[in-house]
Amino acid sequence: MHKEESKEKVFLGFWIYMMTDLLMFAVLFATYAVLKNSTYGGITIREIFDPPFVLVETLILLTSSFVCGLALLFAKAMDQKKTIYFLAATALLGVAFLGMEIYEFSHLLSEGNSYTQSAFLSAFFTLLSFHGFHILVGTVWITILLVHIAMRGLLPSNIRKIRLLGIFWHFLDVVWIFIFTIVYLLGGIL
Amino acid sequence: MEFLFGRLTLGALPHEWFTIGGTVFMTLAMIGVVAFLTRMKLWKWLWHDWLTSIDPKKIGIMYFIVAALMLVRGGLDAGMIWLQQVMGASSGGYLSAQHFQEIFTAHGVIMVFFVTMGFLFGFMNYIIPLQIGARDLASPFLNTLGFWLYVAGAILINMFFVFGGEFAAAGWLSIAPLSGLEYSPGVGMDYWIWSLQISGIGTTLGGINFIMTILKMRAPGMTLMRMPIFTWASLCSMVMVVIVFPLLTATVALLNLDRLLGMHFFTTTAGGNAMMYTNLIWMWGHPEVYILMIPALGVYSEVVATFSGKRLAGYTSTVIALNAIAIISLFVWLHHFFTMGSGANVNAVFGISTMIIAIPTAVQLFNWVFTMRKGRIRFDTPMLWFLGFVFTFSVGGMTGVLLAVPPADFQLHNSLFLVAHFHTMVIGGALFGIFAGFSYWFPKFTGIKLNERLGKYAFWFWIIGFWVSFGPLYILGLMGAPRRLERYDSVTGWQPLFVVSLIGFGIICIGTAFLVAQIIVSIKNRKKYADLTGDPWDGRTLEWSTSSPPPFYNFAVIPEVKNRDAFWEMKKEGKRIKSKYEDFEMPKGTATGIYIAIFAFFFGFAMIWHIFWLAIACALGIVAFIIFRTFYENTEYEMKAAEVEKVERMR
Amino acid sequence: MNIKIKIGLALLFFVELFYFGLIFLSDLNFQLLNPQGSIARQQRDLGMLVIGILLVVAIPLIGAMYWFAYKYRAGNKKAIYKPDTRHSKFTELVWWLIPAVFIFILAIITWNKTHALDPYKPLESSVPPVRIQAIALNWKWLFLYPDYNIATVNFIQFPQDTPVNFEITADAPMNSFWIPALSGQIYAMSGMSTKLHLIADNTGDYRGQAGEINGRGFSGMKFIARASSREEFENWVGEVRRSLKTLDENEYSTLSKPSENNSVTHYSSYEQNLYNKIMMKYVVPDGEKKMEEM
Repeated sequence: MHKEESKEKVFLGFWIYMMTDLLMFAVLFATYAVLKNSTYGGITIREIFDPPFVLVETLILLTSSFVCGLALLFAKAMDQKKTIYFLAATALLGVAFLGMEIYEFSHLLSEGNSYTQSAFLSAFFTLLSFHGFHILVGTVWITILLVHIAMRGLLPSNIRKIRLLGIFWHFLDVVWIFIFTIVYLLGGIL
Repeated sequence: MEFLFGRLTLGALPHEWFTIGGTVFMTLAMIGVVAFLTRMKLWKWLWHDWLTSIDPKKIGIMYFIVAALMLVRGGLDAGMIWLQQVMGASSGGYLSAQHFQEIFTAHGVIMVFFVTMGFLFGFMNYIIPLQIGARDLASPFLNTLGFWLYVAGAILINMFFVFGGEFAAAGWLSIAPLSGLEYSPGVGMDYWIWSLQISGIGTTLGGINFIMTILKMRAPGMTLMRMPIFTWASLCSMVMVVIVFPLLTATVALLNLDRLLGMHFFTTTAGGNAMMYTNLIWMWGHPEVYILMIPALGVYSEVVATFSGKRLAGYTSTVIALNAIAIISLFVWLHHFFTMGSGANVNAVFGISTMIIAIPTAVQLFNWVFTMRKGRIRFDTPMLWFLGFVFTFSVGGMTGVLLAVPPADFQLHNSLFLVAHFHTMVIGGALFGIFAGFSYWFPKFTGIKLNERLGKYAFWFWIIGFWVSFGPLYILGLMGAPRRLERYDSVTGWQPLFVVSLIGFGIICIGTAFLVAQIIVSIKNRKKYADLTGDPWDGRTLEWSTSSPPPFYNFAVIPEVKNRDAFWEMKKEGKRIKSKYEDFEMPKGTATGIYIAIFAFFFGFAMIWHIFWLAIACALGIVAFIIFRTFYENTEYEMKAAEVEKVERMR
Repeated sequence: MNIKIKIGLALLFFVELFYFGLIFLSDLNFQLLNPQGSIARQQRDLGMLVIGILLVVAIPLIGAMYWFAYKYRAGNKKAIYKPDTRHSKFTELVWWLIPAVFIFILAIITWNKTHALDPYKPLESSVPPVRIQAIALNWKWLFLYPDYNIATVNFIQFPQDTPVNFEITADAPMNSFWIPALSGQIYAMSGMSTKLHLIADNTGDYRGQAGEINGRGFSGMKFIARASSREEFENWVGEVRRSLKTLDENEYSTLSKPSENNSVTHYSSYEQNLYNKIMMKYVVPDGEKKMEEM
């Protein structure tokens, strides 16, 4: 028991890590804010913004966060089967989100609106794909976690990993809310 | 071919005298080391006892070794810069402009990133667990990973000697748009980007680890306000690391995107904003110098209290001052570019916020003055370094406040006055602190006291050499000499001062030779200089309560702390630490850190030369190792009480 | 005291003495200490004032430190030894207050002087100012005189006791425009225009230079700023106007290509709107052409 308690310090470390990640996002948000209007005669955020599409993306992520939360609850109740189902659902929703993002990007690129076009597009692509990259890392993490759980069951160490994953996944959700608000809503509507 | 080797063509290989010389030297050195290790059959010992060790004490010593090697490299750069500037009157000299600029860029990056940071991380690794009464760091694995990433960055920055190309020539911060693809198309800037990126991630991991360690691993009874000042200073510094290093990582990544994918963050065209780069890089760059400075302030506080035989005056004030310096320094970055035309209001606000840092710094001086008052001061080498530091640091501090006044800065910015100022702070502050700490804790590292006489020679040569070499730079600054000139008109009358400055560099070199001689002589006569007590200076903090060098588990019995200066109080009460041993867990050594760092190194190398298949392979390798590590559950083993007793008896 | 420490201190003292000797006795050209214009003079006076105020705190503090180091040395058994002295909260408060008061004074000075010496602020004078537009190229300075329609490379001349208003931009990496004897520096950046105002009290040739590293031609990127009488200035303008070279579009595109250690060149005229065209080039696509249409 003493040994497990001492492992709890990993949460402090993970929160600090999340803060460093948040700061990197902060830099990207700041550059986006500075470069928002530097379209250099190219496409603006108003022309990119497709409300239903982004709304679906948002709903997918929000659902995945909810599902991820459920997975943790089942894990704490030691229900291994449901934990695995819900974690898998989280990962699938993450993949769906990634698919939509890749579709949006390829659509933009095919119309000639590449990230080399203007400073605004550079900032837009970078901010979104940095978030997308985190989602990718998250889904890979979930996959490995599923292997762990399938192999060894709901050990305390695996439950701890689900909790850490939860922090990570909710964090990505929050960042997306910021992207949704700052990039799409404030840029596309106001 | 281009798919296989990217930009690494035959034409890129070394073909100038200095790169060929570097290649030959590096290759011979490598062959020599390999031959020596093979002949002495030391490979196994090296791999098991050192390279894969997770013992923070061993990692600390490895940090020292790498940092010392890099100090030699950076020092050679400094000598080459000075020599060129002496010869540079009326278009003379032996270096091309490009080469000169590469050298001062490398000098800055190496001295800040790989020398000062390396030494400080070395101290923290070795000393912090001992000072807080812990057996290990919070995450031994992150620690070795961080160290090996730092080594990977250090090797990468020297790699252009072997594989040629060029090095970055845009100053240590690579200010955009000069560092962009348009004006620096070569691989040099990519060397800079990737070695900073890789070692920067290592530093961030180290920062997270030390915060966890200090907050979660303290011995029972050691509250935050009972922690030794060096630990406090390290905590402040590491908090700053985790705040600002992500900014560096993100900023350098954006610069890299500009160069790699043709994006437009910091370019002059297509709406890019180069001023944003200046802002972002200094948001990291200014706190960075305080990250170097604050642990050194902590070292001085330990040294003054110990050698005055007296408790530190105003412990609370010191802690508040350290925190204040750390926090305020996050909000002053704009003083590095008053001349960008931000307007009087912005400039004045940042100028004043910069000056405010002088208040806690002055408080530190008051603390030390009143610690010495009514003390019993012994002038061993660490104390001499401290007394030398006080003078240089005060001059540096005053010129710093002067530079914080925007109208004065308009004249002194980009001048040699500025160069002299920050060298006063980094050498007179951080490096002297490192030397003080090194001579202070060397008996703890090895169980051998250093030869005092040679140490004192080293000190006097250093301090006199320092003023002979940097005094002229202050004067040159007042004569309106800009920094980074490799050639100038002889009518300016600058040459004699550069000559004096070079003489000073020679004196510093002699001082460094004495430092090296001191270590060699002391180790050679280790019987004579042996310290068997573990407490040669009549120390005050817990690191002196264990033997020298400490056993790998640091403390057989975790001490219980009731006061500040825990060990001093224990000695006063005459209580020996009770010797009832218990079982405890120790981490196992692991090679995963070194493997990941090797992949990271080749990843960086491949990205520099645009060998993308290798980059992808290395990235997958890193991911595979991390995944593999998650399946490896038994990272610790049990240390039985009987075993501890056996080790303790043998001492 | 140990004899070696004495020798060391004596050497240090000697080093310091050497510097003071150098400053006071030599004929070194201290451009910042012997300013030739009112802006640079005010900047110097401000610097001296700040250092003076700081020395008031620093000298007693540092002096006390070394005095205590001497007095409470281990060899001096007569000195009091109190290893457990605790200082009252009040004493600690004083340590904070003393530097705070001095920094407060300095802050007020800084605030006022930063506004008074804002390089963007035009200088008051009865004489109408001379306007000069400076453009940092790789690696030379191009100067335009919009009021006279002449252009020069790496050389400027202006009358003494007359305000000179600079507008500064770049068609190259970021740079810094600096004439140490006359005033502080200000950055030159592409796509935007910065301002600098200065005045020369005496006639003479002053060294001007690039302050910010910008590539291999950096050290050769210097110019001469000549302050002369009004009459000589008018003569010089006439001389430049008689130059055979003109700065048209072709000539500019040749000039703006990287070149090092350029010699002084005079252009009898230059293409209208050149300064704005150079700036606009970086702001919108085909900015040069759009400027032409305007």
